[in-house]
Amino acid sequence: MSNVIDRSREIGPYIPAPDDDRIICRCEEVTQGEIRRAVHEGMWTMTEIRRYLRTGMGLCQGQTCGKLVKGIVARELGVPMAALEPATSRVPMRPIEMRVFANEAKEGGEHE
Amino acid sequence: MSNCAEVVIIGGGIIGCATAYYLAKRGVDVIVLEGSDHIGNGGSSRNGGGVRQSGRDPRELPLVMYGIKNFWPTLSEELEADCEYHQDGNLRLGKSEKHRQILEGLTERAQKAGLDVTMIDGDEVRRINPYLSGEVTCASWCPTDGHANPLTTTLGYYKTARKLGVRFITGENVTELRKRKGRLVEVITENNRYGAGSVVLAAGLGSRELAATVGIDIPMQPAMLEALVTEAQPPMFDQMLGTAEADFYGHQTKHGSFVFGGSSGLEGFTRDNGTPICYSKTAPCICRGIMKYFPHLADAKIVRTWAGWMDKCADGVPVLGTVEEVPGLILAAGFTGHGFGIAPAVGDQLAELIVTGNTTVDISALHYDRFRAKI
Repeated sequence: MSNVIDRSREIGPYIPAPDDDRIICRCEEVTQGEIRRAVHEGMWTMTEIRRYLRTGMGLCQGQTCGKLVKGIVARELGVPMAALEPATSRVPMRPIEMRVFANEAKEGGEHE
Repeated sequence: MSNCAEVVIIGGGIIGCATAYYLAKRGVDVIVLEGSDHIGNGGSSRNGGGVRQSGRDPRELPLVMYGIKNFWPTLSEELEADCEYHQDGNLRLGKSEKHRQILEGLTERAQKAGLDVTMIDGDEVRRINPYLSGEVTCASWCPTDGHANPLTTTLGYYKTARKLGVRFITGENVTELRKRKGRLVEVITENNRYGAGSVVLAAGLGSRELAATVGIDIPMQPAMLEALVTEAQPPMFDQMLGTAEADFYGHQTKHGSFVFGGSSGLEGFTRDNGTPICYSKTAPCICRGIMKYFPHLADAKIVRTWAGWMDKCADGVPVLGTVEEVPGLILAAGFTGHGFGIAPAVGDQLAELIVTGNTTVDISALHYDRFRAKI
């Protein structure tokens, strides 16, 4: 169920931290500081953070950094991690070559 | 905080966010209501990123041309977000005589509307894009088309509008529009009510049901479209691509991945169980389509696929503008899968319409009462 959230709610200013240059998403090289700043620019859900910064959009699809990103966003918003939605998993489960994927569900064949 | 604003926008997609931004820039007080938990969660984040004039209906062409001239080139600076806009042309590819006829028809129509688009042969196509296979025999070429990143553009409009004081409320599902003394004045949600001087209805597919609460019908239907993205590849080309057959379209993004959208031919009839989850037949079909044009990409790995519904309007162009029977209501829905590239122009022109009562670009051909029975 959706929660009504006013995106103008005051969450305080962005205060730079000494470890803001730590890389959190290794595939896309996104730092802690970038994630924290994005929250202050209005990106309040895991989905918005991902679409805005590309965290979890690389080869591992967030399997490494997902939890770390969520912790940073939750802390910045002052909410428990459980208040943020889990990342959306999508097909395919592992990266797959186009020539292999193309063999699925061909004309005349059912491989569902 | 007051639940009243000069303008209430229903729908936090790119149309709603862009309209909010251009209104705020003109000093208007705006509230945006988004039904889902995320800004830009519908087609705004699920499309192929085309910023295209060629292939469009002449009724909406002036609007998109206006946007490409006036907004797209400076959008990244304006929104302080990297919209990744490229204006390196659009190739619409053909492989057969039938394709050539389709493309020639489209080209002639666009030229009449004043667009710089020409037909070129296979060798010219490969001079522009050397990665295309020998199967490609012709294409339409529009050098002023391009592509951009729908995610950062949508969220860029949101971010900048929010900074200008627009109040965005997510998870606020609108159930009804309410008139008083003949004028639309109130927006009712599951939890609250909002008072408005004007209401912009930009809720994609949901717009039909909401417009119906004040007796207006927008003839549109859902059709699920799908897209996929590859792992990053070395830089290959900067054009936007499409095909005469519409079997796929796409481009290479700034980070190197290719984003391709496409279809299986079963759109509108796929089983989606009420969620935009990929249909098993579609992504492999898109892969087969791509490999025929780009044999080089056969070893590129697909990392992700996704789907989204388009709000398919009965005649393929959006419904835009005021409604005589319901003063205070402004419609912006039914973009039929090509609402991204046109969004900056739509947002600006709707803002101008609300503030001045007029638009610079004539949008009368997109009026809601254009639908007629055939006899």
